[in-house]
Amino acid sequence: MGLQRRFHHARLLAALTFASILMTLPFSASVIARDFRDAVNEAVGILGKSRPGGAGSRENQQAVITLVTAGEKSLQPLLEGFRDATPEGQNWLRNTFEQVADRILQSRKSLPASILEDFILNGSNNSAARRLAYETLLRQDPGLSKRLIPSMLMDAGQEFRRDAVMMLLDQAESADAADAVSLYRRALSGAVHSDQVGKIADRLRQAGEEVDISRHFGFVTEWKVVGPFDNREEKGFAIAYPPEQEVESANPFAAEYEGMTGPVNWQQLVSNDDYGVVDIAKQLENFKGSLMYLTTTWVSPVKQSLQIRLGTPNAWKLWVNGKQIFQREEYHRSTRMDQYVVPVELNAGGNQLVLKLCQNEQTQDWAQKYQFQLRVSDAAGAGVLQGQAVAQNVYAEEELR
Amino acid sequence: MNRFILGTICFNVALLSGLETCAAGDWKQFRGSYSNSVAGSENLPVELSGSTIAWKAELPGRGLSGPIISGSEVFVSSSSGFFQDRLHMLCFDSASGEKKWHRQFSAIGRTMTHEKMANATPTMATDGKRLLAFFSSNDLICTDLRGRLIWFRGLGSEYPNASNSLGMSSSPIIVHDVAIVQVESDAEAFACGIDLATGETLWRLNRPRAANWTSPTAIVTRSVKSSLVLLQSSKGITAVRPADGSIAWNFEGGAATIPSTTVSDGVLYVPSNGVTALKVTAEGVEEIWNAANLSPSTASPVVYNGQCLVLNSSGVLSSGRIADGDRVWQLRLRGPFSSSPVVSGGHLYAFNESGTAFVVRLEQERGTIISELDLGEQVLCSPGVGDGALFVRSDQHLIRISRPE
Repeated sequence: MGLQRRFHHARLLAALTFASILMTLPFSASVIARDFRDAVNEAVGILGKSRPGGAGSRENQQAVITLVTAGEKSLQPLLEGFRDATPEGQNWLRNTFEQVADRILQSRKSLPASILEDFILNGSNNSAARRLAYETLLRQDPGLSKRLIPSMLMDAGQEFRRDAVMMLLDQAESADAADAVSLYRRALSGAVHSDQVGKIADRLRQAGEEVDISRHFGFVTEWKVVGPFDNREEKGFAIAYPPEQEVESANPFAAEYEGMTGPVNWQQLVSNDDYGVVDIAKQLENFKGSLMYLTTTWVSPVKQSLQIRLGTPNAWKLWVNGKQIFQREEYHRSTRMDQYVVPVELNAGGNQLVLKLCQNEQTQDWAQKYQFQLRVSDAAGAGVLQGQAVAQNVYAEEELR
Repeated sequence: MNRFILGTICFNVALLSGLETCAAGDWKQFRGSYSNSVAGSENLPVELSGSTIAWKAELPGRGLSGPIISGSEVFVSSSSGFFQDRLHMLCFDSASGEKKWHRQFSAIGRTMTHEKMANATPTMATDGKRLLAFFSSNDLICTDLRGRLIWFRGLGSEYPNASNSLGMSSSPIIVHDVAIVQVESDAEAFACGIDLATGETLWRLNRPRAANWTSPTAIVTRSVKSSLVLLQSSKGITAVRPADGSIAWNFEGGAATIPSTTVSDGVLYVPSNGVTALKVTAEGVEEIWNAANLSPSTASPVVYNGQCLVLNSSGVLSSGRIADGDRVWQLRLRGPFSSSPVVSGGHLYAFNESGTAFVVRLEQERGTIISELDLGEQVLCSPGVGDGALFVRSDQHLIRISRPE
């Protein structure tokens, strides 16, 4: 009897234990899943916050191990982590993503195609992360480009735009004349790279069409200039002549100053160049060992985050609304469009841009340029004209290039 | 014997006895493991032909960086994209040319270069456990040998004015566990030592503000304390201690800003007014000789078997005697050359910009062209030698040149 009771108790205990396990299983699984998600998100957060200077690299390495161990489930969080990541953090996230993707593909498993494709197609996601997802998925699905790229002509990511423009150019090259013009016009609407824009403009002009390249890129072509001031021995770069003192004190500019060759006044300077080049040497004079101040007002309908893109072989300083945003003391080491990219916050209404441009006294043929080209763009490099507001203000995605 | 001479002798004995020697097989950084462009006995082919091209592997984008070799793996960097802002690190199997891995990063610093250059101009470096990739944009990346990130430094964003619109080319070196980089431009210039394990800056030294494309080199001994890093600029050479960046001595006789110094047996061959040979002493350096008629252009000097070999801007190879700097012979190759030649097994291998490889047999009294091979692709990089082969890269390909099996 005692044995029977003990057996009965044992059966009851076993049944209760089993029942309790069954009852807690969903709870345990959800706890584990939540802990797992938390661990993945925490690791992504650690990588995304990577700071300049290399600090925290050991902690980052631990986070990478967590994410690589999590495998496929970490792919989407890694991509989403790009949004708030520092530039260093984006590189950590990218490297971890590549490690996970490589392991999946090397083990002959499939990448989560629908998750990645959805991420790519969501234009509000970080452009670099979308491009990473796209190029990774392309390894598994070579047909992806034909499916996705044609709709990316106005994408926030400049690489997607480039691919879309290239597809249209290919079509245009084999189209009849009327269709070709239409295709080139369409391609031009999305083109942000100078080589593609130049090629399209050539084709359209050959077809008798008018193309305003300067307007397309958003070059600022109308300036007021005053100078020359003394920059002999390159000393003027560091000297704050009166216009510079006035821009920093927010006082209105005086009408006349004492320059290096006598009194100087503000005068109008307009560029008719396709690429917005304002050429001091040709339009005024190549005053050796001099510097000029140039100013313009750029009107924005709203407060917005944009980029100022500058190209010049001369030393320069740039102020926006009285605040110096960058300076560079380098002479005649080449120039090109978009040589310097500076993120700016522009106010609603008029924004005052002031440029200090310095020429030195080098005598070589290749050291005679005294010029600049300046435009306003969005993060993808598309030109923004005065009076325009851009839909996406994502300048933080692209650091000073 | 006065105290100075005795001190000098003692210093040199100590220096030479502790000097690391170049192990055959690996090519760990720009111009080889000890930045002297001399390889061990690698049994390279001297009669170049199509059959000595073992394989060609495709590369993305562009690059002037040379290949480096560790064990049976070859590593190289590239840059791509309209803005050259996509940074690539690639690993290939030395024997088969199979791509083992490919990692990409995004440049943080300015990527603009002269059209002849590319963001991927500096050559990578390795200590056999870790890889360093450096770019004109001053992005410095450390991974393990499988491409797993160890640390990332965006020196171009940390010091946004330290860039050159023509491009930067200085290659990093590793001295013990310190990564040394030279970042010198008109607007800002510095050199720093970075902890290879963590990526954190150990020291930073302001440098002369002027464009400079030379690479650091080093006198490496078994101890980090007695090793010296040599930083070259238009002012001359500054020797610093790699552990803390303190300055050991300065040579202020001026130097070139493109070809770099070569160290051989404790003597520095500095591209300075031609070539100036400097002997390291307890007090610093003393000039042994100056040879104005040895005029290195872009390629750095190579010192081998008593000869100082220099390629000038006309594509003429000159050999000077290292005992006194006297020029002994000259041989006209067809330039121009952007890359530094390498020497192995008594032969010099030089690649001109149009991609023609020259094999020159080196003798004391003469140099003789043994063979030529047109690779049909522009070559701007300095080649690497290791694992029994010569590796060179164009924009499009990494190429292995070795004896046919």
